Amino acid sequence: MIKCEILLTVNEESHSIIARQADTLLFVLRNQLGLTGAKPGCLNGDCGACTVLVDKTPIKSCMMLAIEAAEKPITTIEGLCDTPIQRAFIEQFAFQCGYCTPGFLINAYALTKQHPDADDETIQEWLESNICRCTSYQEIEQAVKSVLAKKHEND
Amino acid sequence: MVPFDFTYHRPSSIEEAVRLFERLHKQGKTPLYYGGGTEIITLSRLNLAFADAVIDIKHIPECCVLRIEQNELTLGAALSLTSIEEANPFPLLTKTASEVADRTARNQITLGGNVCGQIFYRETVLPLLLADCHVVIAGKDGLKQRSIHEVFQQRMRLEHGEFLVQVKIDLSYVSLPHAHTKRRKQGKVGYPLVTVAAIKKDERLHVAFSGVCPFPFRSKTVEEQLNARHLPIETRISRALQYLPKPILNDTEGSVEYRLFVLMNALSDILIPLEEG
Ligand SMILES: Cc1cc2nc3c(=O)[nH]c(=O)nc-3n(C[C@@H](O)[C@H](O)[C@H](O)COP(=O)(O)OP(=O)(O)OC[C@H]3O[C@@H](n4cnc5c(N)ncnc54)[C@H](O)[C@@H]3O)c2cc1C
Ligand code: FES
Ligand code: FES
Repeated sequence: MIKCEILLTVNEESHSIIARQADTLLFVLRNQLGLTGAKPGCLNGDCGACTVLVDKTPIKSCMMLAIEAAEKPITTIEGLCDTPIQRAFIEQFAFQCGYCTPGFLINAYALTKQHPDADDETIQEWLESNICRCTSYQEIEQAVKSVLAKKHEND
Repeated sequence: MVPFDFTYHRPSSIEEAVRLFERLHKQGKTPLYYGGGTEIITLSRLNLAFADAVIDIKHIPECCVLRIEQNELTLGAALSLTSIEEANPFPLLTKTASEVADRTARNQITLGGNVCGQIFYRETVLPLLLADCHVVIAGKDGLKQRSIHEVFQQRMRLEHGEFLVQVKIDLSYVSLPHAHTKRRKQGKVGYPLVTVAAIKKDERLHVAFSGVCPFPFRSKTVEEQLNARHLPIETRISRALQYLPKPILNDTEGSVEYRLFVLMNALSDILIPLEEG
């Protein structure tokens, strides 16, 4: 097995791990670091359950090697704490079983940060990256819109 | 999870990447150039791709260039599709790229990986074919620049150990009147049933296709039929359909008959306004 040391900075904490060079970021986060918030869904780039931020950009961690993310800031759902989008998901009942929620939250968090003025088209374009088998789509969209609206109220 | 091991290499120059490929090959290995890695990782899980070494080209400065200089747009092969969309130097490419996969996946998918990939849709090649662009290719004899039409025939015809570094587009093409439509079996994300892209240059239509055959293409004979302007557009479209390359895809996305029906409507929807505009 071809293993090597990989330095990962996850949720502002540094970790030195020994992993296969062919290991995906999702595998390493879950199995080496015990960060099980990012979920394995399709493992094929389709569902978005595994979404994390790498360098502030949403990435499907089932399709990125851990070694590619070395020395870049990584944010997983464990790194979001009481953010407006998390509160909005609760207020708007934007989940049912919750399996897709970490991926949606990470993506929606990045959307609200990067596009505080996002229009309907932008919101749809971003949210289309994630699948919710319980079909909470409308509530998720409302949660995103409520965060964007509050941002404007506070401006 | 990738079911086999590989070594990961991150060269910082074109020469280093090419030398690495040669060295790994001489050691009996099967190296692959690595762009976004999305196809390499997902296909290897299904045992449809294999490498025992990957050479990540995202840290080679020439592969990350997005530059307009001397009437030419240069796009590095390692640019992600979303970075091209956001910079929007070539609106038809932006439109085409923005309909590939979904936004998060496009943060990873690279232009080079999409054009050179095994999965045969390769939609971002359509605007490149229409704009008669040039490609810069690195190999053991250095860099060469070729017309895309010479190198892309159904797929990129690269020699062993070569990789795509850049595409170069004459600026006179980027602002031409254009049209694009992607028709899927269902939904707004995913592979096409048919995709058609077109530009109008000097009153002639250039038209390219993905999803019709198991390869993307632009065909002289199809364009001749579509540009025979003494005939009504409906006649031209039905004649053009008879000159499509073969085979026409017949799969779970759609039968041959259904694809041709959708293609006929897609062509009239985009070509009539483009021709009249
Ligand atoms: C969920 C999903 C949906 C998708 N939907 C579509 C779609 O609708 N339409 C569409 O066209 N595509 C679609 N794709 C893209 C898909 O077809 C390709 O997998 C993707 O474009 C590969 O890009 P990459 O940069 O990740 O390539 P990689 O995985 O890095 O590489 C793919 C192949 O290209 C080679 N390669 C990469 N870069 C170079 C280079 N610069 N020079 C030479 N060879 C190179 C590699 O060796 C490998 O063989 C989708 C992908 C996903 C994940
Ligand atoms: S598990 Fe990564 S996209 Fe589905
Ligand atoms: S809440 Fe169940 S999959 Fe989305």
